[in-house]
Amino acid sequence: MTTVSAAPLLDDLDLALVDALGTGLPLTHRPYAGLGAPLGLSEAAVLSRLTRLHETGVIRRFGAIVRHREVGYHANAMCVFDVPDDRVADAGARLATRPEVTLCYRRRRQRPDWPYNLFAMVHGKQRDEVGARVERMVRECGLDRLPRAVLFGVRRFKQGGGCYGRPRTATPAESP
Amino acid sequence: MAPVDLSPLEKSLLDIAQRGFPLSPRPYATLARQLGTTEDAVLAAFRSLQTQGVVGRIGAVWAQGAVGSSCLAALKVPPARLDAVAACVGAHPEVNHNYERDHPWNLWFVVAARDEAAREAVLDSIAAETGLPLLRLPMEHGHHLDLGFAIDWSPSAAIKENRA
Repeated sequence: MTTVSAAPLLDDLDLALVDALGTGLPLTHRPYAGLGAPLGLSEAAVLSRLTRLHETGVIRRFGAIVRHREVGYHANAMCVFDVPDDRVADAGARLATRPEVTLCYRRRRQRPDWPYNLFAMVHGKQRDEVGARVERMVRECGLDRLPRAVLFGVRRFKQGGGCYGRPRTATPAESP
Repeated sequence: MAPVDLSPLEKSLLDIAQRGFPLSPRPYATLARQLGTTEDAVLAAFRSLQTQGVVGRIGAVWAQGAVGSSCLAALKVPPARLDAVAACVGAHPEVNHNYERDHPWNLWFVVAARDEAAREAVLDSIAAETGLPLLRLPMEHGHHLDLGFAIDWSPSAAIKENRA
């Protein structure tokens, strides 16, 4: 499962670490010491907290956050499907195994404006190539008879860690 | 737009450091040992990657629901208003991943806030400020979530890219 009910897992110092990490790990020889210093946390305390958050799945990924466009991946397709509720788990599981899919999730519909409940992101270098891979994927996953749409990214106005208020910054679990 | 020109060390770091970044006192030295280089060279490479905008930062991606509350949202914006509306939406510090997409629902973004009430308040104010129809599409289940990104460094791909 990818959903964590985490309120009891995080104390105030964990949340302060979440804030501190929102601007990124310092590029210094002892970055965890630098991260903890303003919070009154030792290097060892920072490492033990982050290790616990990682091992318990609260941190799903820890590492470099790469911007796709800057490495030449200009085409990103958000593929959306209207899958009957009793088939959506199966369809999502099939899409999730595809190598071309970087993210796949189920979302709430908003009828009548938005009937689609299953989302899959496909990234690539060129739009034509991504479009062809999407069509093949749709066929091979048996989704070609379902209502669907493919929305390509055109311009990026803003990309960065979300701000959770008070002010808290972090990379949200979601991305479009 | 041509892709940025990365050094072999920078490419190697993107290959190995998107997940499982070392949780040890000197992580850059750990990475340097794996790649047969020095800690200072790794630090310089990360600085260069950040300066070029390839790496936003080194940090955590949090599990859905673990930290705050987030929601994908979209607006149906008349094309003549798109730049102004995107700026208005992006001015909210809770907004990220603000993208134009080629669809009548043409502006897509994620709102991440302290909790669900704060998140809905931001969405309410965006709807009120823009006066536009708004989709609120919270995640119900993740089948496959961001685990980093395998980059194809092949020259043929780069050549095709340059021609595009």
